[in-house]
Amino acid sequence: MRGPCGLVVCVVALVLGAAGPAPARTLIINANTSDPAPRAAWSAAVAAFERENPDIQVKFNIYDHESYKKSIRNWLTGASPDVVFWFAGNRMRGFVERKLLTDVSSLFTADVTASLHRPALDLVTVGGRQYGVPYSYYQVGLYFRADLLQSAGIAQAPRDWNELLAACDRLKSAGIDPVAIGSKDLWPTAAWFDYLNLRTNGHAFHMALMAGTIPYTDPRVRAVFDKWRALLERGCFTRNHASLSWQESQALLYQGRAAMMLIGNYIVPNFPSGLREKMDFARFPTIDPGVGRYEDAPMNSLHIPAGARNKDGARRFLAYVLRADVQEAINRALSQLPVNLKAGVADDPFLAKGQALLRQADGLAQYFDRDTSEDLALIAMKGFQEFMIEPERIESVLAAIEQARKRIYGH
Amino acid sequence: MPHPPRAMDNASAPPGRGALSDWWWRNQRALTPFILLAPACLLFAVFVLYPIAASIRLSLHDWDGVGPQTWVGLANFAELFGDPVFYTALANNLCWLALYLLAPVFGLGLALFLNQDVRGIRVVRSLFLFPFVISQVVVGLIFAWFLNAEFGLLNRLLGSAGLPAVAPLESGRWAIFAVILAGLWPQTAYCMILYLTGLTGIRPELIESARMDGARGGRLLWHVVLPQLRPVTFIAAMVCVVGALRSFDLVAIMTAGGPYNSTMVLGYYMYEQTFLSLRYGYGAAIAAVLFALMGAFVGLFLWRLLRREAA
Repeated sequence: MRGPCGLVVCVVALVLGAAGPAPARTLIINANTSDPAPRAAWSAAVAAFERENPDIQVKFNIYDHESYKKSIRNWLTGASPDVVFWFAGNRMRGFVERKLLTDVSSLFTADVTASLHRPALDLVTVGGRQYGVPYSYYQVGLYFRADLLQSAGIAQAPRDWNELLAACDRLKSAGIDPVAIGSKDLWPTAAWFDYLNLRTNGHAFHMALMAGTIPYTDPRVRAVFDKWRALLERGCFTRNHASLSWQESQALLYQGRAAMMLIGNYIVPNFPSGLREKMDFARFPTIDPGVGRYEDAPMNSLHIPAGARNKDGARRFLAYVLRADVQEAINRALSQLPVNLKAGVADDPFLAKGQALLRQADGLAQYFDRDTSEDLALIAMKGFQEFMIEPERIESVLAAIEQARKRIYGH
Repeated sequence: MPHPPRAMDNASAPPGRGALSDWWWRNQRALTPFILLAPACLLFAVFVLYPIAASIRLSLHDWDGVGPQTWVGLANFAELFGDPVFYTALANNLCWLALYLLAPVFGLGLALFLNQDVRGIRVVRSLFLFPFVISQVVVGLIFAWFLNAEFGLLNRLLGSAGLPAVAPLESGRWAIFAVILAGLWPQTAYCMILYLTGLTGIRPELIESARMDGARGGRLLWHVVLPQLRPVTFIAAMVCVVGALRSFDLVAIMTAGGPYNSTMVLGYYMYEQTFLSLRYGYGAAIAAVLFALMGAFVGLFLWRLLRREAA
């Protein structure tokens, strides 16, 4: 009898050994930083963390951006890594409400809190507790060809609505598309909705709309589309935008066929070398001077899944990422802005302008498709695209978005 | 000890074996087929039948991928049958199906043309096969770039011929035809290969005797060649029907269902609702409808095939 029993014990031990917790020293980090610059930035940051913490061995897994969005749902509910990359704000909140993320409030000491840009702190806070560590954000605004504006007789980037309309007319008569846009991927249209709404109705209204508490048939939403329509009727946008990705649409800018583009700072590394000096950045024009300064600034963050095995190591990594010197190094490599106010910023005119813009902002939004539900965002952005091609269909477009809002938010 | 060659001949089992062994020796012949089939059946059940059942079960639930699955009965189907995008997708699939049936026609034409004994014909044949060899994703990219209104080659060509520029992928009306056209390119090549293979199996004596009887051209093709190619035509049509119904990659690459859902097909809508809108139940409901539709078409074809074979 001893023989079989010993065998059983051996097998059980083997199975447990294979399925049981990994040694506590291993820290598994799953990241969506698959583009070259973020990959390099984070690989360097992880290597430096390992040097500082010789007792922790990091397993750093990088996934493609799109598949990451699908896989994170499996990781949070099934076998969890110790740290995940995700988005602060509404996207994080959905997981917090499901109790899928670990409370990391203990990392936010008075010193740390004081060093952070206030909106960054707010975006990882739910019910007074923090559930993640923000590390980076960037500005969204008008990137434009200063030389083309000048050649059309426009001295500077449009500062208000009338200047924007005038610039459109002048560029148009100079034979240049005023605004390049590619709507194939849908989301570039959302920047226009965000800014027209933020500048017309303000931040509180925008966030309430994103949270699904205001119908899309509200007259204040219609007012936004009226503004948009005025731009469409002037022929402000690239005509054939529906088959262009954002990458393809930026070529219009570089070829001198279009003058402006409403996009995030991630466009800057793509500027061709000869054109960099001719490119400039400006805040989206004011529409109602009575409305505060609100900007789109998508923020990225790190979180600890509730099912993480090595939470202690994960907290140490998150504390490390909150540090000014670490945020500075990462954001230099990313060409983005650190949320730690003590961190330096790379010497770059676009980042300097972006930093000034975001520091002066009265409130930040996260971009349409991060601020509202995935389901509604997709339907709404298709509506924006349809409206941009067929403006007279505004009623059916708004009705479809409103129908989806009712289904999703249920009132 | 050598086994008896046929267990049935050995009605009384050798002494010293247990009851189980006796039973096995008696029933070995009857059981062997089941045992040999078991691995395949098991894999089929696990990787085909179970996912189908699980997907149909999911279609009766509401699920966002992380939370609990809530039972909603047929609500997903009720919503689907009131969803205008679903009908756009369905109409596009049927349009796709109708136009894809041109592929066997073109394929046959090309196969007849290339079925000649000329020097270098092998090279020409392989060139015609080329679109079938490359990935659908690459086909989609090539056509998307070719048709691109701002930078595409098509508008360059039209421009140099003095014709006005076109923007097929921008148009809610024409974009679907542009996508189907891209799909027809490799599909025609595939049908051509099927027919080229079929033509090698044609019995030359039948052609000879038909020729002697004075048949040529269209009559020869219709009454002598085509009947012999019937199995090939069946396979080609079936492949086109299934290909049209499961179309996904070209739509995903060329338009992502846009502009504003006008090129939506059921396969892409299923993917979009499941993985982009995170409505797993609704996506599964679309999958169930697509499954039923495909089952109906394939069933129809099989029924006709079996009936013909029986006749």
